[in-house]
Amino acid sequence: MTKESRKIYRAHKDLCASVYLDYAATTPVDPRVVKAMLPYFSEKFGNTMSLHSFGQEAKQALEESREIVANLIKAKPEEIIFTSSATESNNLALKGIAFANKDKGRHLIISSIEHPCIIESAEWLKTQGFEVTKLKVDKYGLVNPEDVKNAIKKETILVSVMHANNEIGTIEPIEEIGKICKEKRVYFHTDAAQSFGKIPIDVNKMNIDLLSASSHKLYGPKGAACLFIKEGVKITPLLHGGGHETGLRSSTVNVPAIVGFAEATRICEREMKKEAQREIKLRDKLINGVLKKIEGSHLNGEPKKRLPNNINFSFPGIEGESLIMQLDFLGIAASTGSACSSEKLEPSHVLLAIGLKPEQAHGSLRLSLGRWTKEKDIDYVLEVLPKVVKRLREISPFKR
Amino acid sequence: MPIYSKEIIKHFKNPKNVGKIKKPSGWGQAGNIVCGDIMTIYLKIGENKKGEKIIEDVKFETLGCVVAIANTSLLTTMVKGKKLEDVLKIKKDDLIKRLGQPLPPFKIHCSVLAVDALKEAIYDYYLKNKLEISEDLEKEHRRITKTKEELEKRYKGFQAFEKEILK
Repeated sequence: MTKESRKIYRAHKDLCASVYLDYAATTPVDPRVVKAMLPYFSEKFGNTMSLHSFGQEAKQALEESREIVANLIKAKPEEIIFTSSATESNNLALKGIAFANKDKGRHLIISSIEHPCIIESAEWLKTQGFEVTKLKVDKYGLVNPEDVKNAIKKETILVSVMHANNEIGTIEPIEEIGKICKEKRVYFHTDAAQSFGKIPIDVNKMNIDLLSASSHKLYGPKGAACLFIKEGVKITPLLHGGGHETGLRSSTVNVPAIVGFAEATRICEREMKKEAQREIKLRDKLINGVLKKIEGSHLNGEPKKRLPNNINFSFPGIEGESLIMQLDFLGIAASTGSACSSEKLEPSHVLLAIGLKPEQAHGSLRLSLGRWTKEKDIDYVLEVLPKVVKRLREISPFKR
Repeated sequence: MPIYSKEIIKHFKNPKNVGKIKKPSGWGQAGNIVCGDIMTIYLKIGENKKGEKIIEDVKFETLGCVVAIANTSLLTTMVKGKKLEDVLKIKKDDLIKRLGQPLPPFKIHCSVLAVDALKEAIYDYYLKNKLEISEDLEKEHRRITKTKEELEKRYKGFQAFEKEILK
């Protein structure tokens, strides 16, 4: 790093030794959540399937958690299945629906910017004799509900479109898509891993049949997630065994993590509105500041229909992994869609789907804010980021 | 264990010989078709006391990842003052060895870039001065040119994009 940057870093070190701006990857567990979880490790450690009081205690905690999680999305408690991850929930949604409804048809529809766990599940289903339509998105990453309508055919059994995108933060028109699916009598699944607890969700109003969410994205522990399955939806389990979770997900229940998930959900429900307003203010300050300060910078994703905490830029002429490392030296944690940062050596499929060329995805940067992001963090990024980009552009043969 | 060795981080944080040489004796560019990185190397060629051709000065520019930047910086420090014939013998494995801890497998391709750009710069110098070019170097030049042409096709779109967003 240059002398100048080192000076800035030292000046800010006391203020923000570490500016974590990768909340979309994972979040720290809220201390209130940790407190709620602790009794369930050594004291209330029972197996929910046991008949004795230890078991009943655990079972009660599980059912209370189910109610809290259901409440957030206006679902009934019995419509929530706990799983271990959003990946598991999404696998269960796609494969479980596909195999339970294959007599009706073998066609599924997904968007082209879904999380890899949806795309790969769909790809695997193709090898099992299913047909998959991938919907295109516009330059902001929006799915056109008309495209959904046109893609549905007699054999279609499931439409899966994410609520909000994990890379570019674009919020999809899922209420309209849900309405179409209801009219056409096709199941509608949405991956809400990034939006659950951050923006309002009403599964009835939005006509959602299945919804995935994960604890570690909302200040809960890793290892807990859920799948909402609307009453009456025909689905088959992936895990067979002792018949936990009404037979849909056998496995000894991870009570501490689920209690944590529920407590995290409760906090989000209470603080959602205020927190979203706070984050939007910080988000827009950072977006406007960077677009003004860094020549040629470009915001990826919808400017308004966007998660309160998501920012995604492209900086032509530089490479994302180098940018991430330089920022890390200065105490800023962020992420990129550059090919150099992925083991597959492919640029982000989301950035390519919104029409970016591989080399535009090359210089992409995702900053995702969260509960502990302060205005001084944003100011620090606004001071440091232009210098880091400038420095990398000086090394680059593509000068401005 | 961190992904990158101390040696890589050292060169990445403070890359040596960054920049351009005005009126270079030779310059070369290489592109990486795998990930889209681009590398340019500029050379100033001189002679030692025995009258052999040596690299007097070397500079580079790169649009690339951590390994690409660190590798090129390392390579430039290795070749300064060296005879051209020795420099042409350097392989990407020599670089990787000097970087200490083994690279993650998906990062190996980044090391080729620096060596290729350097070969191209020497080729350019030989060509300009009508010096004899070995069959090996000629072969390498053809391979590098081919990947570069493919990349340039991509980068045409890139420059159009830059213009568009600058409007």
